[in-house]
Amino acid sequence: MTEMNLLQAINSALDIAMASDEKVLCFGEDVGGFGGVFRATSNLQKKYGKNRCFNTPLTEQGIIGFANGLAAQGQSPVAEIQFADYIFPAFDQIVNETAKFRYRSGNQFNVAGLTIRTPYGGGISGGHYHSQSPEAYFAHTPGLKIVVPRNPYQAKGLLLSSIRDQNPVIFFEPKRLYRASIGDVPETDYELPLGEAEIVSVGSDITVIAWGAQMEIVEKAGAMAGEERISCEIIDLRSILPWDVQTVENSVKKTGRLLINHEAPKTGGFAGEIAATIQERCFLYLESPICRVAGLDTPYPLALEKEYTPDVFKTFEAIKAAMNY
Amino acid sequence: MKKSSPKKDPVVHLPEFVTGSALSFPILKILKEDGTLYKDAVLPLIDREKALKIYDTFLFLRIFDERMLAAQRQGRISFFMTSTGEEATHVGSAAALQDDDMVMAQYREPGPLYFRGFTTANFMNQLFSNEQDLGKGRQMPVHYGSKKLNYMTISSPLATQIPQSVGYAYAQKIEGSQSCTLCFFGEGAASEGDFHAAMNMATLFEVPLIFFCRNNHYAISTPSEQQFAADGIAPRGVGYGMKTIRIDGNDVLAVMKATEEARKLAVEKNEPILIEAMTYRLGAHSTSDDPSGYRSRKEENRWKKSDPVLRMKKWLLAQEWWSEKEDQEAMDTKREEVRNEMQKAEKIPVSELSSLVTDVYDKPPWHLQEQLAELEQHIRRYPKEYPKSSWRFKND
Repeated sequence: MTEMNLLQAINSALDIAMASDEKVLCFGEDVGGFGGVFRATSNLQKKYGKNRCFNTPLTEQGIIGFANGLAAQGQSPVAEIQFADYIFPAFDQIVNETAKFRYRSGNQFNVAGLTIRTPYGGGISGGHYHSQSPEAYFAHTPGLKIVVPRNPYQAKGLLLSSIRDQNPVIFFEPKRLYRASIGDVPETDYELPLGEAEIVSVGSDITVIAWGAQMEIVEKAGAMAGEERISCEIIDLRSILPWDVQTVENSVKKTGRLLINHEAPKTGGFAGEIAATIQERCFLYLESPICRVAGLDTPYPLALEKEYTPDVFKTFEAIKAAMNY
Repeated sequence: MKKSSPKKDPVVHLPEFVTGSALSFPILKILKEDGTLYKDAVLPLIDREKALKIYDTFLFLRIFDERMLAAQRQGRISFFMTSTGEEATHVGSAAALQDDDMVMAQYREPGPLYFRGFTTANFMNQLFSNEQDLGKGRQMPVHYGSKKLNYMTISSPLATQIPQSVGYAYAQKIEGSQSCTLCFFGEGAASEGDFHAAMNMATLFEVPLIFFCRNNHYAISTPSEQQFAADGIAPRGVGYGMKTIRIDGNDVLAVMKATEEARKLAVEKNEPILIEAMTYRLGAHSTSDDPSGYRSRKEENRWKKSDPVLRMKKWLLAQEWWSEKEDQEAMDTKREEVRNEMQKAEKIPVSELSSLVTDVYDKPPWHLQEQLAELEQHIRRYPKEYPKSSWRFKND
């Protein structure tokens, strides 16, 4: 075990993936010699050469289209989009091509090897173009897998699984935690399962779900609730698509209450999907309405970032409201 | 719509490939590095008053860049981008436009704003995201905009303004406005699909538009030789059927001259023009990167020799339109002004809470009104956690 921050864990995963499979290629804007604007790809070009780790021109649609072609030929491209806010020029390539490659060809062709890495989320004074959480747009697209890690250990294991998974994966990295989240990470190769949530703390009164950077928030809110003798079962969803309904269902049947927290705007956010599914499966077990603590239905602000965010206090209040319903 | 004129291509019976090297671009230079003019060079329309207004903007930008970079390092603002080394591109082109011509910039072109009367306070209020910012404190620093000064608000995503500028110019044409649009972008942004879509539409729709490419050789860390294999951006203009010119972007007189001629073609003949200005980003991409990680000091020093501001100063001094004494006084005045306005802007509070939900639509719909009310109630419960907003509730 070595202490790593989230960026170092990602760098370690990429290093291992490239060392263990020569079909793994890393590229994107500033990814080559510079090692990426956040340094997630540091030293990879030096180690694996310019043919396997390189800069692309500044064109997101080009990056993903190119990556689709590589993957269709059998390579395992790991394409970086510098900020998730800038993924939209590639929306067509991802939604109409990546997601449907296998289906439309009757599985003659696929882009199974493709992984798209992109930093997402706020809390860094980034305003609306460096803070968005666009996972729900992609969750509406059958054929994609969507993964979001919460800490360095999770990031490394989930990224290695994403790269090796036989389906295209969008891997959203919580950039607020890049250097802030530090933890013990094995130096060795390991994988964590996709499509499986993780219960990070067992409880009995209310189930609280989040993913990525919001896990830190709900864990703090859970601790505050604990001081008021409210026992929260906290779940990291980890995979948004496909998501682990069974773990959530089992938990809600036990606690009778559910709160979902995400940073993206409330309307059309992935919490709505979870809430709808859980009320179908747990209707008679529910003791209070399923509650969403999310970003406002506005663009991500700058000066009033703190006010916008679904933070610890809003989560804590929502937990209490569910208990007192 | 334009009909392409029938053109007879010669017929051959053995394969012949046309190469890019068949095309070469002369580079327009008027002002030498020593402040003298090239023989035979023809000046743009410039008199003492205009020259000093340009130079005044240069001095402001130099001091502004230096001070705000320091302010970012001190943690007083969250982010900053300088345009040091590239001033001639954005100030020179603004000086060749009319004030009602539209400017659609990328993010490293504050010159036209200052040149047109954006005050130091206007800049500071944006950088400090306070309630007097015209953008209401919603965007990161350097995302200025002014409806009054015909300068479209900056958007961070690259190249999005390029096709928009075609639409803007098309509207100017059909309204018979006798004005044009000038669209700035970098050589890196020209790799985006939006650039290519825009170039094609501009010539097809015959719009009064100047595409102004600042080829500053770097897109963050990526040097232009890793951005494209061809000879810069200029050949693309020709490829899309556009009159194109390459200029020395550190020569303010060449920038003015090219823009002046381009404007004539744009406004009088509805011909879009591509200008590729060769320049160099002397500073970092932004306060988030360190250029020593991707380029040499030697290369930077080479470009410092063609500093556009110094070059113009030499020209002004040589013809006695300006003196060292006036230069020093002007710099002192500007330093003082920047310092004072920064101190003022820092003390102005951020916009009130309701600014979170306004302007998302023309009027906040029910769900935003509801979310605002809930948020206000929450902040009243935890006033200490939201000091930027809660102080306003104290005297209720």
